[in-house]
Amino acid sequence: MTVMIDTGNYIAAKAAVMARPEVVAAYPITPQTTLVEGIANYVAKGEYKGSYICVESEHSAMTACIGASEAGSRTFTATSSHGLLLMHEMLHWAALARLPIVMCNINRVIGPGWNIWSDQNDSISQRDTGWMQIYCSSNQEIFDTIIQSFRLVEDKKIVLPIMINYDAFILSHTSMPADIPSQEEIDDFLPPLKPAWKLDCENPIAHGTIIGTEYYEKLRFAMHDAQEHAKELIPKIAKDWEKRFNRHHGDLLELYRCEDAEYILVSMAAIGAESKVAINHLRDEGINIGLARLRTLRPFPSEAIRKLAKNAEIIVIDRNISIGSEGVMFNEIKAALYQYVDTKVTGFIAGLGGKDVPYWDIEKMCKKAIEGKAKHQVWFGFEEVQ
Amino acid sequence: MKKYNIKSSISYPKEGAMGSTGSWRVFRPNLNLEKCVKCLRCWIFCPEGSIKRNKDDTVEINYDYCKGCGVCSNVCKVKAITMEREAKKK
Repeated sequence: MTVMIDTGNYIAAKAAVMARPEVVAAYPITPQTTLVEGIANYVAKGEYKGSYICVESEHSAMTACIGASEAGSRTFTATSSHGLLLMHEMLHWAALARLPIVMCNINRVIGPGWNIWSDQNDSISQRDTGWMQIYCSSNQEIFDTIIQSFRLVEDKKIVLPIMINYDAFILSHTSMPADIPSQEEIDDFLPPLKPAWKLDCENPIAHGTIIGTEYYEKLRFAMHDAQEHAKELIPKIAKDWEKRFNRHHGDLLELYRCEDAEYILVSMAAIGAESKVAINHLRDEGINIGLARLRTLRPFPSEAIRKLAKNAEIIVIDRNISIGSEGVMFNEIKAALYQYVDTKVTGFIAGLGGKDVPYWDIEKMCKKAIEGKAKHQVWFGFEEVQ
Repeated sequence: MKKYNIKSSISYPKEGAMGSTGSWRVFRPNLNLEKCVKCLRCWIFCPEGSIKRNKDDTVEINYDYCKGCGVCSNVCKVKAITMEREAKKK
């Protein structure tokens, strides 16, 4: 075990290379650029021996990964924001084809106007593609999640692609220490890929041909079933990781000071890490509040949220907005609770366009909700216009 | 043949995996064996593998799967394959 002090992107590059993917195909985009540069550097130094394909667009990056994965290779890519959106059609394709592709997406604002800071509307808009989505809140978590994700997606009961999301600059370009296990330890945790299916000259099959209505629905159901199964497997893999490396990042939700809590704050990614400071302060003031940091948006942990909401009111901070409706976490949490648990849920939209969400603002939001001063959902920071 | 235990749109090769596509046909290729010189161009170019090559290099058209695209007729150098409308106007 060594300690590496580096940015989220370089630590992600290290994790990607240590997972030994046979193919990496990527196109650079701010703020993901240093991640793929990092991998290119490992190619130059001879530490990464797989194929590194420089493509001409993100659409091609995803199609190259689809081709490589269909041929039975372990495959990795990374993108951000508009790059992710350019992949959109192929994201559906990768998921329906049941390919275990691992991708990092660095959450960045969608333009116009041009803005490279952190918000989650890029990955949120790809929510329904069938990809699993995990949101990280530290560089260590990025490293651990990438390695664990390969084992998750390559499991015979899952075989779906996964998107590992983390905040632009707040994590991607900020140095933090991370414990890096040895290559032997990683190899022991993550054996070589045994593909669930592949294009093979010795055993010819066709893939992606016309499919009738009687079969198509079954494919969709099988994908849904796989994600349901991931709800059990993600914690299992995390436990095995903890046994080996003595680190745990929580499961579908990371719970922080939730015991006896009357209020539960739900937030995601870097705001989730910042929320811990706010929780400590609010607890010091005598407010019984805990934090549930959502790690997996897909599969969505409805059961775990119902359990939490039984004895607590819920406060949600979304760094995303489904225009014309609500923040997506807020929306989905209410949907999960409906007809199961009757509790108050208050939502906040905060941090869009990369606006900073410091712990003192999180405290203000929590107090506002607790004092009953917040309407159903509040756009934090400009209540005066509502 | 190895079968995979996953629900994806995998199709295993067999004759007529796509069903009886011959029902799509509007024009029917008619082969005149007297003109045929066994060059096998039709057999090579048929996009659906609907032309069968016999041991003596004569060919047969499988009308269960021939969609009537006319490629064989087009590539035939001796005009041994002619296209004819399946249903005649009354």
